[in-house]
Amino acid sequence: MRQSKSVVKDNKLGPLIVRIAGLLIIALTLSIGLFLVIRGMGTFVKFHHSITEFLFSSNWAPTDSATASGGNVGAAIYIAGSLLTCGLALLIVLPFSIGAAIFMTEISAKAGKKIFQPAIEIFVGIPSVVYGWIGLTVLVPFIRDVFHAKMGGYSVLAASIVLAVMIFPTITTVSVDAIRSVPDSYRRAAYGLASTRWQVIYKIVLPASKSGIMTGIILGLSRAFGEALAVAMVIGKTRAFPKDLLSPTNNLTAAIASDMGNTASGGEHNLALWSMALLLLIISVTCIFLIHLIGARAKKNERA
Amino acid sequence: MKKNKLLGLISVLTLTVGILGGCGESKEANAADTTAASNISGELTASGSSALLPLAQMAAEEFMDSNPDCVITVNGGGSGEGLKQVAAGTVDIGNSDVFAEQKLDAATAADLVDHEVCVITMAPVVNKSLGIDNLTTEQLKGIFTGEITNWSEVGGPDLDILLVTRPSSSGTRAVFKSWALEGEEEASNAALETDDSGTLLQAVEQNKGAIGYVALSYLVNNDDVKSVAIDGVEPTLENTYNGSYKVWGYEHMYTKGEGSEIAKAFIDYMMSDTFAESIEAKGYGASSKLTDEAVKSHETK
Repeated sequence: MRQSKSVVKDNKLGPLIVRIAGLLIIALTLSIGLFLVIRGMGTFVKFHHSITEFLFSSNWAPTDSATASGGNVGAAIYIAGSLLTCGLALLIVLPFSIGAAIFMTEISAKAGKKIFQPAIEIFVGIPSVVYGWIGLTVLVPFIRDVFHAKMGGYSVLAASIVLAVMIFPTITTVSVDAIRSVPDSYRRAAYGLASTRWQVIYKIVLPASKSGIMTGIILGLSRAFGEALAVAMVIGKTRAFPKDLLSPTNNLTAAIASDMGNTASGGEHNLALWSMALLLLIISVTCIFLIHLIGARAKKNERA
Repeated sequence: MKKNKLLGLISVLTLTVGILGGCGESKEANAADTTAASNISGELTASGSSALLPLAQMAAEEFMDSNPDCVITVNGGGSGEGLKQVAAGTVDIGNSDVFAEQKLDAATAADLVDHEVCVITMAPVVNKSLGIDNLTTEQLKGIFTGEITNWSEVGGPDLDILLVTRPSSSGTRAVFKSWALEGEEEASNAALETDDSGTLLQAVEQNKGAIGYVALSYLVNNDDVKSVAIDGVEPTLENTYNGSYKVWGYEHMYTKGEGSEIAKAFIDYMMSDTFAESIEAKGYGASSKLTDEAVKSHETK
């Protein structure tokens, strides 16, 4: 009798705690989202700026006061800065990431597991401030001296390289998993038809793991969009569209981070920063949506 | 069976309520400590301006040494944050580089009491190897508004000027704008912006053509950059006190109403003559040493 009682307790108490914890997390996520939406809409509802102005104007001069308004909230420079640095980072990192993933799985699986995997895991664990610090003390002076950058080496290029290094582990690990999950029978069939190793990789393995690699790319991109500290340290934070890769600009996260503590709460400047945060949330939700879309399509293809 | 289920539910609920309730209780207890303190004991929290942070932290440590029953916590977060928190009652003291009226609405600001605990003097800084040690106000304005872009235009070498500034919401920038640039807006589209004065100094140190501005407190024991005189007046504490150097501002500690006893005691300590020496050693200026002339010159704005 006693024993059965405790078994019953275990069966009821555990699931209950798990359920409460799960629901709490969902509630937390939703409330953060809701909070961002309410705050972020303030620019448009309370101060009557148009969404077109916010997205496409580069005239950024919000009033920093609790009551006064009448400034401009064109965030186009920040948005362009974010898009440009993330896009460039992706271009830089893709050959390395996919190359590393292929090497770790198809070419030298043993070294891949024993040396590459742990090395990449360490990469993930390095705090972003360290990447920023190295960027600031090594990369920025290097760009200044080698390319004779006018603004001291703080540049789109520096930010993109730092971001590329930071998203490298994400894209690589997800790509490795995707390539490993390609069934061996595919490879054997291709070798059976007298394919070379390169042909197997290029014609069979990569197309078969395409959706997994895409997921990795999007995950990496959303990390790049959200990264604030490391980028802020090397991008220069000049409020102008970059003339070339060697000139500085600013981005969404750096602008939010540098001004949030000093602006008057609920004022025009403050709410404009909230709108920028909301935009970042929308970008990352879109990324997650895309990942699910790709996943669903891949499943469909598999069944077909 | 059913009873067990109910029992489990109740135990989880009590646990949760216990945790939540516990937090609430301890907070209330803290609040009671600070408000009803006698013989100066209890807890004190302050947050806000990062420019004032190192000084406030040092004062807190010294104050706690002589009043072992006190626990003082000082955080940064920015002037806006400090003012907001003290107005909301989440901290006892809000540190700010600017007057509360500039960041809060009039009704909220009216509840706060201002204590001008010290003054902070800003100096333009350039790279050591540049060879510029004096600029006129007109030249400074030209440089920071982006009209003058080469050092040769102000008597220096033929070298592009690299502006290094602070974010538009920064208190340091606000002081520099109203007292060094006579209210003219800096050229944000041609300047590197840095989150803190440490990063600014590094950028100036690394680039020969760079110019920026920092508080004197950042120049104590720092030989890596060079400060620049304005209209022939060196940026020093003496010149701040006697009113000849104009680029300085008050650092404020705000309390809600008169503040708790411990808050009063702490602010008194910060403004005392004993602490004035520490203030000057750190590169800040003591409010009590300002001459009437200096005080008057800053009343206009």
